[in-house]
Amino acid sequence: MPDVIFLLFRRMRAPLVTLILTYAVATTGLVLVPGETPDGEPWHMSLFHAFYVVSYTGPTIGFGEIPYPFSGAQRLWVMFAIYATVIAWLYAIGTLLAILQDPAFRRVVNLSHFRRSVRRLAEPFYIVCGYGENGALLVRALTDEGIRPVVVDSDSDRIDALKVEGLSVEVPGLCARADDPEVLVTAGLNHPDCAGVIAVSREEATTLSIAVACKLLAPRVPVICRARYRDTEANLASFGTDHIINPFDTFAERFAMAVRSPAMYLIYAWLTGIEHQPVARPVVPPRGKWILCGYGRFGKAMRERLTREGVETVVVEAEPGRTKAPLGTVAGRGTEAGTLREADVEEAMGIIAGTDNDPNNLSILLTARALNPHLFTVARQCRGHNQPIFEAADLDLVLDAGTIFTREVLGLITAPLLGDFLARTLDQDDAWANVLVSRISAAVGDELPDTWSLTVGQRSAPALLEAVREGAPVTLGHLLTDPRRRERWLPALPLLLKRASEEVLLPETELAVEAGDRLLFCGRAGTQRLMGWTAADHNLLAYVTTGEDRPRGLLWDWLARRRTA
Amino acid sequence: MNLEKTIFAFVIVLAMTINFGFFLGDIDNPIHHNVYELFAAIVVSLIATVMKLGERTQIGALLLATSLVADVQLIIGAIVWATAVHVLETGLTSHAMAAIVSLSGGALLANIVSVTLLVAETIMGRR
Repeated sequence: MPDVIFLLFRRMRAPLVTLILTYAVATTGLVLVPGETPDGEPWHMSLFHAFYVVSYTGPTIGFGEIPYPFSGAQRLWVMFAIYATVIAWLYAIGTLLAILQDPAFRRVVNLSHFRRSVRRLAEPFYIVCGYGENGALLVRALTDEGIRPVVVDSDSDRIDALKVEGLSVEVPGLCARADDPEVLVTAGLNHPDCAGVIAVSREEATTLSIAVACKLLAPRVPVICRARYRDTEANLASFGTDHIINPFDTFAERFAMAVRSPAMYLIYAWLTGIEHQPVARPVVPPRGKWILCGYGRFGKAMRERLTREGVETVVVEAEPGRTKAPLGTVAGRGTEAGTLREADVEEAMGIIAGTDNDPNNLSILLTARALNPHLFTVARQCRGHNQPIFEAADLDLVLDAGTIFTREVLGLITAPLLGDFLARTLDQDDAWANVLVSRISAAVGDELPDTWSLTVGQRSAPALLEAVREGAPVTLGHLLTDPRRRERWLPALPLLLKRASEEVLLPETELAVEAGDRLLFCGRAGTQRLMGWTAADHNLLAYVTTGEDRPRGLLWDWLARRRTA
Repeated sequence: MNLEKTIFAFVIVLAMTINFGFFLGDIDNPIHHNVYELFAAIVVSLIATVMKLGERTQIGALLLATSLVADVQLIIGAIVWATAVHVLETGLTSHAMAAIVSLSGGALLANIVSVTLLVAETIMGRR
């Protein structure tokens, strides 16, 4: 703010000096010009009256001739004074308006406003660098979860779009290049509440500069990056970027998992879902021969994973030479029946349309389905706004890189233990996954489950921490009891318990809670609030553990103690 | 030699000298203190204030503060004068005059600080 005031005054100097001088000359002149009293005595206006007259003629109010009717000479001077002061005012106000409209000044005002809103943030926030399609999706998902983002993008149109987006919380947005370290600091990198930086930049080089700057300027702040190419990924990892997400790799990994163990895939899909939608239908990609159209970054990632799972793929690629397609590749775009027949579409079990062009992808799948109606269809969707046509096409699986990235980031932020849990599930077999699927659906019902973490600490669970320190036996079962009626269970399931170096997968409800424990739960939406309530409120905790409804407040407490004594 | 700096220094020193001229004389004697001089002191002091606006340096901030002090003191003095002469119509009694002059004395002190700062800055920043 001070910058803005300084800038304004610096440029207002000339008009203000003009205004003061005009007033001074007009007032002095009015004092010097001779006048007459009604009795015909010669009279000079006093400074006080002169200033009064100039004050009301300047803004063209005009109260008449005070205290006596003016002489001809005085009227002549007042005429001059009126024009001079009015012009001085117009000059001053005109300059002020011109400054306020000036784009350079607006930029300073916006920057100052942004600085202030960042400085005033009193809750953990994330800096989102890049507000393109994926960035916008991520920001919306974050605000829906009640997490506050701060946005930096070099495109002013996008920042304008952010302002009219209608998000549930006010999101400060700055139009600046995020690869400039100073911009990152302005966006709150050194703010004590900065919980992380998320780079969703179009340019890989920008992502790299952001990650390097964050790691050097604020090593404690976790950095989440989206990478498109393997070498960027390796580069980011080399200096300790906390989380690197490559949406294509993530999708390919999940897809391979779906081929290997459908139940495991379902657990993944449930736990990393973003909205409280009805449970997704189980996806079971058939084993057999697959056709892979487009051998770009996505095609390569898919082929690598599928080959590892022992699934045979036939690649269809328009430019096999440039993309270094493997032997046996069918040259062509795949949008024509001829190419697809050449790739043996009648015998294939599934087809993946992975080119970087949405209409082509749809065309490939529709043509293929006409040739073989039993195909399992997988499409890559490049533009978010094409979602309606992808939905209308009724495909088995659609990959939208933006949604995948958003889900991954949300998972990292809202349930940091989820990554640990998912990593541990990889060691389990299909039977284990099937049991877990049925347990989750028994607890949650037909809704997509929510996942959340609970730390037995002062901030998130003060009552629980105190009870545990006093030696009260509190078990996981107590936490899972409904604080409104203790005969009922909360619709939730403990997934993971982390204690010092120990990790317990799917802990039992009889397990006692200890101070410092970190727990991961999944359950029906809204259950987190009830559980948090139990953990934070002494009376509720006493109710779920012992069943006694403790009196509230000092007076009732005292009375109750007297009665028992 | 810099025209802008010359004008800047001119206004600031003029604000002090006019202020001093008004202040000079017996504190309660209206003959020694001319009201037009007070008017001129206010005008020059206001211009000096505007000149100092927008300086981002530490010295600039101090200069602005001293100027604002002088403005406030002088304007209060003018209000006392207007009240005595035109509102209460008691004329410039020695009591009123002493009040006005002592207020302008305060403004003079602020102006002296201002000029001292200006001189100090010039000496420090000699190039």
